[in-house]
Amino acid sequence: MDFSFVIGQSITQALGVTAIIYCLAAMGLNLQFGYTGLLNFGQVAFAAIGAYSIGVIVISFGASLWAAIPIGLLASVALALVLGIPTLRLRADYLAIVTIATSEIIRLMVRSIALRETFGGANGINGKMGQAFHDLNPFHADIELPFLTWTRQDLWVVTVGWSLIAIFTLATWLLVRSPWGRVVKGIREDENAVVSLGKNAYVYKMQALVLGGLLGTVGGIVWAVAKQSVQPDNFVPDVTFFSYTILLLGGAARVFGPIVGAIIFWFLLVFVGEFLNQMIAAGWITFLLPTDVGPIRFILVGLGLMGLMIFRPQGIFGDKRELALDAR
Amino acid sequence: MPANGQRALEAQSALATVPRVPGASKPDPILVASSIVRRFGGLSAVDVDHVEVQRGSITALIGPNGAGKTTFFNLLTGFDAPDEGAWSFNGRSMGRLSPYRVARLGMVRTFQLTKALNRLRVIDNMLLGAKGQRGERLWASLFPFLWRGQEVKNTERADVLLKRFSLDAKRGDFAGSLSGGQRKLLEMARALMSEPELIMLDEPMAGVNPALTQSLLQHIKMIREEGSTVLFVEHDMDMVHDISDWVIVMAQGKIIAEGPPGDVMKNSEVIDAYLGSRHEKALTESGESLTTGEIK
Ligand SMILES: Nc1ncnc2c1ncn2[C@@H]1O[C@H](COP(=O)(O)OP(=O)(O)OP(=O)(O)O)[C@@H](O)[C@H]1O
Ligand SMILES: [Mg+2]
Repeated sequence: MDFSFVIGQSITQALGVTAIIYCLAAMGLNLQFGYTGLLNFGQVAFAAIGAYSIGVIVISFGASLWAAIPIGLLASVALALVLGIPTLRLRADYLAIVTIATSEIIRLMVRSIALRETFGGANGINGKMGQAFHDLNPFHADIELPFLTWTRQDLWVVTVGWSLIAIFTLATWLLVRSPWGRVVKGIREDENAVVSLGKNAYVYKMQALVLGGLLGTVGGIVWAVAKQSVQPDNFVPDVTFFSYTILLLGGAARVFGPIVGAIIFWFLLVFVGEFLNQMIAAGWITFLLPTDVGPIRFILVGLGLMGLMIFRPQGIFGDKRELALDAR
Repeated sequence: MPANGQRALEAQSALATVPRVPGASKPDPILVASSIVRRFGGLSAVDVDHVEVQRGSITALIGPNGAGKTTFFNLLTGFDAPDEGAWSFNGRSMGRLSPYRVARLGMVRTFQLTKALNRLRVIDNMLLGAKGQRGERLWASLFPFLWRGQEVKNTERADVLLKRFSLDAKRGDFAGSLSGGQRKLLEMARALMSEPELIMLDEPMAGVNPALTQSLLQHIKMIREEGSTVLFVEHDMDMVHDISDWVIVMAQGKIIAEGPPGDVMKNSEVIDAYLGSRHEKALTESGESLTTGEIK
């Protein structure tokens, strides 16, 4: 049993591309749900819009990646407006219903046979859609530290990815400690109180929805560029729910919550999976097949998270006193 | 009557010649509402023919539970839409205006069921009330130097108000940790942060202890002295008697009487609909004890 391999894999994944993508999605949810109180259950739709914009524009239409990125971001804003305009005037649950439905509609649409020419059907779009980005790679060799192994390509994606996260975290920090942040937090607590003080809550909610969606879209763009492949079944609602898990794990309405949450979540998931794999390979566990590991690691991590929510419901960074106020 | 300032005398003398009838027109109304109807199914919760509120006065809106006072507030401030009717504030027609616009025009209300913003600190609750904040715009918020100065000024003003409302010790606490009465105070102070021309208070004294009620009365009078108009709903008749220049009585959605507090409370219709026949006696008794209390 190679324990250092298990640790090495876990660390590599906890800091890797997937963690970055989920971190970005969770940062979007933090703005929307953590600070503004908007229940967006379709964050994966924003990621899908980003990833598919890259795939479709670069591969299907043969245009440049640098044109695809701004178009993807614009499409994301358009999606947020389409979702927000009818629902943000209504009670909070309407947004939740509409977003989760829309995320499934988008997945089924890009998966459909009728639109296979553009979106590639169930196979998705495969091809060197991130090449223009990888051409800029300043790294010349793979990285092989004791507990960290990345290819040269991954290293480049990870460097840019965490840099983006750093910039967006700084921007989030500036936003939420400003008077703008005070208004959105007020809306989270009681929209009518904020309205009664002369603030147009609708506009603030729309801004939060757009900004949070854009963060999810950046995650989707990173996905397409890093994996050079987008498939419809990557964009199932689970992505949204894992992002929420990450947010609550790190602590909602905490600037660093999504970063800490994403790292811990992926560390645990990979650690449990690899650990079980090694135990099975070594013959220490005989009642499981290697194919059982996938689902079982989710069960175990899920149990762990339940424990966390019972003993530390405010998340890792949260303030317990703040949580207690909800009960009043 | 405790010492009243210049504005109180002005308001009372302006109202002296107004006829004591429902819907009486006032010399200088800040708010004028006509034929306002709001139905919930078969029930007409509000059915007001005509009402005016004198500028610079403290006007009380009283009436039994379910009379439609809160609903009337909701209609006037845009939180609810009437089935019929029109009203104007400062001469500006207000029908169908979104509630945030109503507030920006200077007509700010509080809620009967207090809306403290629980997971915001008391001082942030206050700052939220300030108007025209540059830092509330998305882009400007990213550049603190654009709004720091304004924020400092607003904070100073908030601290003065917090002190006035005996909440200065709670400045840094979460609003959710305040008691019910403290929340009432916070909501009122927060509304004052926006420097409203007309402040509409829905039961500001509910749950506030007697000692504090006395100082709150002074605050409300001070609001009038600073040039604002106060319209408030209250069930505590001693308080209504003590501070209002004018009283409007609602019952079953209609305005049934208007006049200075002394007159209204002797009105037999009001006694029947609201006060009950035993009230007059109770009021004089407590009125006496109030006076002796003050002499001491
Ligand atoms: N949203 C609503 N749906 C149905 N009926 C309502 C609604 N809001 C108020 N009502 C009814 O309208 C009437 C007036 O209610 P309102 O809250 O305005 O009374 P109020 O004068 O403020 O009473 P209180 O002194 O108890 O606060 C009541 O009969 C109430 O049941
Ligand atoms: Mg009421």
